[in-house]
Amino acid sequence: MTAITRDEVAHLARLSRLALGEDELDHFAAQLDQIISAVARVQEVAAQDIPPTSHALPLTNVYRADEVRPSLTPEQALAGAPAAEEQRFRVPRILDEEA
Amino acid sequence: MTTMSQAALMDYDEALARYEPVLGVETHIELGTASKMFCGCPTTFGAPPNTQVCPVCLGLPGALPVTNRAAIEGIIKIGLALNCEIVEWCRFARKNYFYPDMPKNFQISQYDEPLCVDGHLDVEVDGETYRIGIERVHMEEDTGKSLHVGGATGRIHGADHSLVDYNRAGIPLVEIVTKPITATGDKAPQVARAYATELRELVRALGVSDVRMEQGSMRCDVNVSLMPRGASEWGTRTETKNVNSLRSVERAVRHEIERQAAVLASGGRVVQETRHFHEDTGTTTAGRSKEEAQDYRYFPEPDLVPMAPSREWVEELRRSLPELPAARRRRVQREWGLSDLELRDVVNAGALDLIEQTVVAGASPAAARKWWMNELSRRATEQGVELADLPITPAQVARVQAMVDAGELNDKLARQVFEGVLAGEGGPDEVVAARNLKIVSDDGELAAIVDQAIADNPDVADKVRGGKVAAAGALVGAVMRATGGKADAGRARQLILDKLGAS
Repeated sequence: MTAITRDEVAHLARLSRLALGEDELDHFAAQLDQIISAVARVQEVAAQDIPPTSHALPLTNVYRADEVRPSLTPEQALAGAPAAEEQRFRVPRILDEEA
Repeated sequence: MTTMSQAALMDYDEALARYEPVLGVETHIELGTASKMFCGCPTTFGAPPNTQVCPVCLGLPGALPVTNRAAIEGIIKIGLALNCEIVEWCRFARKNYFYPDMPKNFQISQYDEPLCVDGHLDVEVDGETYRIGIERVHMEEDTGKSLHVGGATGRIHGADHSLVDYNRAGIPLVEIVTKPITATGDKAPQVARAYATELRELVRALGVSDVRMEQGSMRCDVNVSLMPRGASEWGTRTETKNVNSLRSVERAVRHEIERQAAVLASGGRVVQETRHFHEDTGTTTAGRSKEEAQDYRYFPEPDLVPMAPSREWVEELRRSLPELPAARRRRVQREWGLSDLELRDVVNAGALDLIEQTVVAGASPAAARKWWMNELSRRATEQGVELADLPITPAQVARVQAMVDAGELNDKLARQVFEGVLAGEGGPDEVVAARNLKIVSDDGELAAIVDQAIADNPDVADKVRGGKVAAAGALVGAVMRATGGKADAGRARQLILDKLGAS
C-alpha cells in the first residue's frame, strides 16, 4: 500500500502551480511515497494520548500592543516587484477566479 | 446560451409554496485597530496605494508576524456579545492559495479551532423573534485590493492584467458564520437582512469596527438552498458574494430562491457554486464552481504560538461590554413609554440614536420623538437622505423644543426654525433672530393687534359681548393672521375676552 498515490501528487502539483510531466509525476510520486513512509514511522512511536505537536516552544499568548510603526515607502515596497504600475504591483491577469 | 443571460425565475409566492429555504450567512468585519493584525502598519482607509505595507504584510523573507492584542480583544468582545463560548486554547492556521491578493501565497486564518463558538443572535421580523445560531467567529487577516485593467467593466473577465495595492492586506478581519437558518418560510430574505442589520448594530455598539458596508469594512456572503416542502434533506446550496448593503442581502436571498425554484421545478439541479450579486439588477450570476473543491492545505501557523485566553481576561472583557442594542431598545421602550410598533418605527427610521441624544440634550422623549419621526423624517424623505444625514444636530432639535417649552415658539414657528436650520441659515437662535420668528407675547404689542382685530370684525365682537364665547375663535384667527402665526394664541384669546368683558 502506498502512502501517497500518483493522482494525489498530480493534485498537489496543480494546487502548487507546478507543471509536472508524466515522467516527473512517476518520479516524484515514488520519491514522495518513500519520504512520507519514512516520516510516518514517527506515528508508530506516538501514543494515543499525545497530541500532534505544532509548536516546539512551550509558549502561548504572545501579543503586541496596538501601536503603529513606520511602513516602507512605496518605492521600497515596489523595489522587488517584477512590474509596477500606478504605485501598485502589476500581476498577470487571473483567469477563472474572482477577487 | 451565455452565462450572462437572464436566469429563469419562479414567482416568489409560488416558490415558497413549493420549497422551504435554508440560509446561512458569512460576514467579514474589519476591526478598527490602529495597526494591522500582525504588524505595525497603519490601517487608514483610502491611503495612497502601497503606503501602509512592510516586510511582514508583504510576506518578505524572514519577516515574522506578532499578534495584535487589541484585535484579539475585539473578536472576544464580538464573541461574547454573540453569546459564544470563548475557547480556552486555539491556533492560527495557514490557508494556502495562489492568488495575488495575498503576497505571502497564504492567508493567516483559523481553521478547525476558531476562537469563539456556538452562540446566537436574536432578530425580529414583523414582530416575531428569530434566534440565529452562530457556528463560529474566527480571526484572520484581510487581503489586498486588485484593480483589473483592460476589461470593459473593470471586472476580472477580459482584463489584461491586474494592479494590486496591499494596504488592506493584513488588516484584522473577523469572520462570523451562522448555523443553518431554517423555518423562516417566506420571511427568509427579511430574516437574512434583519440578521445583518442587528449584527452591524451590535458590532457598532461594541466600538470595535465602523462596520461601513459601502467601504467594505463589513461584507456578507449569503448561502441559500431549497428543499421541497416536507422534505428533511437539504438541497444543494449556492454562495452569493459581493453582497454589500443590507438591502442587497434581502434581494440576493430572494433572487436565489426564485432562481433555484425555477431550476428545480424544471427538473434541473442546482449547481454548488459561488455566485456574484449585481447591485444594479438585483440578480446573481455564476462564478467559480465548487465542484472542484478548493483545497487550501490548511496547517497550523508555525510562526504564531497558540492563543489561550485566560478566563480572567475573558471575564474582564465581558464586564467591559457596553449596553448592547437589544437591551438598549428594551430600556428606551420602557423609559419613553413606546408600544412595540412605535419602537419598531423608531428603529426602522434610524431615529433611536438621534432621539436619545436629543433627550440627553434636554428635550422630553415625546417631543424629541415627535420632531424626528414627523417633521424631520418628512424632510429627510423629501431630500432622499437618511435621517442622520440631515444637517441638523440633536442638540439643535433640543434647543428648538426648549424654546417651545418656554413659550417663545409654537409648533408652527418651530417648523420654520427647522426649515431655516436645514437650509443652512445657522443654528436655531440665529434662524429665530434672522427670520424674526419669536412669539408675540408682549401684551402691549399684542393688545394693539387685538384692538385692530376687534375693530375689523364688529359683528363677531358683538356676539362675544353677547356671551357667545366660542365666537372669539374667529378673532384669535384674525390675530394669528395679522402676526403671521407668531402670536401666543392662548394669550391673545385671554386679551380678547378681557377687552370684550366676556371673561
